[in-house]
Amino acid sequence: MDRIPILKMGNLLLVSIQVDLQDQLALALQDDLSERIVQTGARGVLIDISALEIVDSFIGRMLSTIASLSRLLDAETVVVGMRPAVAITLVELGLHMPGVRTALTLEHGLALLGAEVRVRLPEDESFDDLDADLTEAADPGASPGQAVSGRAPTGRPAPAEGAWTG
Amino acid sequence: MSAARWAGGPAGGEVTVEQTERHPITTEADVVRVRQVVRGLAVTAKMSLVDQTKVVTAASELARNTLVYGGGGSMTVDIVHSGRRRGLRAVFVDSGPGIPDLDLALTDGWTSGSGLGLGLSGSRRLVDDFAIESSPGAGTTVRVVKWSR
Ligand SMILES: Nc1ncnc2c1ncn2[C@@H]1O[C@H](COP(=O)(O)OP(=O)(O)OP(=O)(O)O)[C@@H](O)[C@H]1O
Ligand SMILES: [Mg+2]
Repeated sequence: MDRIPILKMGNLLLVSIQVDLQDQLALALQDDLSERIVQTGARGVLIDISALEIVDSFIGRMLSTIASLSRLLDAETVVVGMRPAVAITLVELGLHMPGVRTALTLEHGLALLGAEVRVRLPEDESFDDLDADLTEAADPGASPGQAVSGRAPTGRPAPAEGAWTG
Repeated sequence: MSAARWAGGPAGGEVTVEQTERHPITTEADVVRVRQVVRGLAVTAKMSLVDQTKVVTAASELARNTLVYGGGGSMTVDIVHSGRRRGLRAVFVDSGPGIPDLDLALTDGWTSGSGLGLGLSGSRRLVDDFAIESSPGAGTTVRVVKWSR
């Protein structure tokens, strides 16, 4: 069976759903994502559904489950790119997707995650100083270009060195 | 279901039918195909994008029910005309265990399994005409119609 690719970027995981999802594929994505969150210590998950022509109760449930699972694993999920017709249909279907945060675009999704967790992108200039930054993050004059941390800097121990690369 | 005419138009008028197709629903891939077939016919019926999305979503819910609870079955779909209006009609049939309590099954949030209990009640809201027939042991038939606006 095919799998939906999960890309790692800094401490984020990115998923772009490009196919008309069979139920098993949706379930596999759920499992794969939780595994990758644990494996990589990712703090955020961005799921792009702009290619999805519909979201029915099954896919909606998958998105809710991913959001709850990732929260338990200390990562935030943002679903981006929902088409307007899909949103209208979801409301009428009665599907609420509790716990799922949405943003219109990938950029907005990144901004939303940045307000929640300390987003790290590979091109971040301070990337190499990650551990130092985490311990010094209480300094309000943190270097520009860094995402603002929405949580106490001591909220999460610094990951093992090199955990963000590759 | 094979009748070429029936009195069920939007204003109670006579309805004519064309382009009848029958599709099996026995695998998850069939559920995906049902969505694609319904999308194609909704475009043919000149539905708005929102209405296309609604009817495809309803079909996805009903096809999954046919597969999961009905143990498989089929969808018969056609383009219907009433006066100058066009629409899409889809009939989902299975010969599974049937639904003992239809009112309960049509209640938002009620599921006998691990679903959200939104498939039947939600798809009823997404279409213009919704009819369900079922009894224990006799299978289930759900007929929906969506008219182009
Ligand atoms: N074709 C069918 N044959 C037998 N029982 C059915 C059939 N369709 C629906 N049901 C029964 O009706 C209940 C409600 O169906 P509905 O589609 O609304 O919710 P669900 O399938 O349980 O969850 P969801 O669709 O939200 O994932 C089902 O749990 C099942 O017990
Ligand atoms: Mg259902």
